[in-house]
Amino acid sequence: MNEIPEVIRTIPLQHYLFFSSALFVIGIIGVLTRRNAIIIFMCIELMLNASNILLTAFSAYRSDANGQVFVFFIMAVAAAEVCVGLAIIVMIYRNLRSTDVKILSNLKW
Amino acid sequence: MTGNLFYFLAFLTLFAALGVVFSKNPVYSILCLILTFFCLSGHYILLNAQFVAAVNIIVYAGAIMVLFLFVIMFLNLNADTELAQAKLTITKVAGVISGGMLLVIMIAVLKDVDPGTYDPENFDSQIGMVENLGLLLFTKYLLPFELASVLFLVAMVGAVMLGKKETQQRHF
Repeated sequence: MNEIPEVIRTIPLQHYLFFSSALFVIGIIGVLTRRNAIIIFMCIELMLNASNILLTAFSAYRSDANGQVFVFFIMAVAAAEVCVGLAIIVMIYRNLRSTDVKILSNLKW
Repeated sequence: MTGNLFYFLAFLTLFAALGVVFSKNPVYSILCLILTFFCLSGHYILLNAQFVAAVNIIVYAGAIMVLFLFVIMFLNLNADTELAQAKLTITKVAGVISGGMLLVIMIAVLKDVDPGTYDPENFDSQIGMVENLGLLLFTKYLLPFELASVLFLVAMVGAVMLGKKETQQRHF
């Protein structure tokens, strides 16, 4: 029952580091280039998931369950954040008829 | 075999994530994001973390994505709401270049890092199971678990407050 999973035996932990940094960078590119507020939110979710996969990988390789508990809490906080954020986006849309973040630059000056 | 499965899932995840960023239609972005989450659940299962995989599918692909899809349909956003963006290519180029440089820096740093590897003697393949994580969650992490419920209550109240129709408030 206590056999080591094949992916842990064959894949070095470094590949998980590369994979999750690539996923994180894709999320950053999305936040920097897109202007639709909802897509920016989805890219934030991508970045959170990049950290989740790395926490789970380290937790599985080290046989330390604390990392997976942290993944659970990150998911809970992300759910709460999305709930409030989408409510804010709906309110912005109701007032401005758009979700373009370029319009929301009144606090810039 | 499983090694190839890891690389296949990793590339599928990255392509779906690129689809989230670069698709014009927000509905396609959401569908790509759902694909990304399913691929990530596949990664969790490969790592023998069943609890995290199930929670990922239930919470992300089940709840959060339905919320996103509902808001997109509710706001009636389609491709031509972002057409004005097409002129601003300098922002896109700058964003992609800075993100790519960050990736290069991260790979250059992580290339020489030794993250260690598994310990064959003390390895425990059962840590990702519901039984083990539930035990940990209700003993060592009991206080954060209860505080998460308070966080959800606050988020629910906030969402209802924000979503309520304002009658007397002036629309700017």
